[in-house]
Amino acid sequence: MSTSWPLWEVFVRGKRGLNHVHVGSLHAPDAEMALRNARDVYTRRNEGVSIWVVPATEITASSPDEKDPFFAPAGDKVYRHPTFYAIPEDVPHL
Amino acid sequence: MSFDNAYESLLGHEDAHWAFGTGFSEALSGVDREFPAGVDKDALASYCLMLGDDALIFSQRLSEWCSRAPELEEDIALANIALDLLGQARMLLTRAGEVLGRDEDALAYLRDEREFRNVHLAEIDCGPGPGGDFATTIARLLVFSSWRLALFSRLRGSADPVLAAIAEKGVKELAYHRDHAAQWTVRLGDGTDESHRRMQAGLERVWPFVDELFATHSVEAALQGVAVDPASLRSEVDGVLEAVLSAAGLTRPKDTRAARVAGMAGRDGVHTEVMGYLLAEMQHLHRSLPGAVW
Repeated sequence: MSTSWPLWEVFVRGKRGLNHVHVGSLHAPDAEMALRNARDVYTRRNEGVSIWVVPATEITASSPDEKDPFFAPAGDKVYRHPTFYAIPEDVPHL
Repeated sequence: MSFDNAYESLLGHEDAHWAFGTGFSEALSGVDREFPAGVDKDALASYCLMLGDDALIFSQRLSEWCSRAPELEEDIALANIALDLLGQARMLLTRAGEVLGRDEDALAYLRDEREFRNVHLAEIDCGPGPGGDFATTIARLLVFSSWRLALFSRLRGSADPVLAAIAEKGVKELAYHRDHAAQWTVRLGDGTDESHRRMQAGLERVWPFVDELFATHSVEAALQGVAVDPASLRSEVDGVLEAVLSAAGLTRPKDTRAARVAGMAGRDGVHTEVMGYLLAEMQHLHRSLPGAVW
């Protein structure tokens, strides 16, 4: 029976978090039950205020084989980080 | 800030680790535990035992599914529900114990069968034992949580502030229990021929024990304003069950009534044959090793 239930990826937003964070996956027969299972499996310890579930089959992932073409070109572009500015002392909250 | 562990980013990076209680609240903190003037304390203790034992014994039954549910996710769901009910039982037995001069452990582990006040619906075997299966368990959960939610909703207005606070907390838990049972009832009833057959059989199994839920006991009658008269809940609960059963394509079983002994049932301490076995399993550790703690 386990094999007939699709896999769902679970994202939970914490009490003080602004974004949903991937916390794991689970099996459920449909979206409504996936939400409830996620509540039971991943928010038992008071972690969450909001849950998203997504069918695992709906996620398009980058392939490990593409790691270099995808990410290596960004590795030497240090100028993309705003670290070359002198920050004036009278500008707060930076 | 490390995101290696997804939970770290959920919990706000406080010193207190979540496993030990970040942001948890004590349900009854600040509640006045004095007994309201004019209330019959012995009746109040009996009433707390009734509601507490319903939760304790049903919790024990649900715990039997641990490691045996059809799916890991459902295993955890049933265990969560069992723990919610155990929490309700602890608060109610503690309240009873304030009158009786015994603590929650003494009441849970050291009373004998005739001293338990739970309804039969809580104690019967609905699976994973030979008395049922997952569908039967869902049928019981649907009936029990629909009834208890209606009861606790009204109990929030109890003249006893402790009972009112326990009900306030319990209503949120029970709403989830009822939802969980209703979700499954619809899926099983409206699923395959086999799941429909089993869900209908589960309803037939538990239905004879429904009548007892709505029978007013003398203890409840003696606690006007403190206790809820279960007879007043019948139409509300019937309405909920009708809605779920009709969405699930299931037939409401004929109203029959399980046999009583000289008119007495669970609220009088008269239980079915399985109760002794259930208590033996629940109590044997405490009785073998008095005072044992984890």
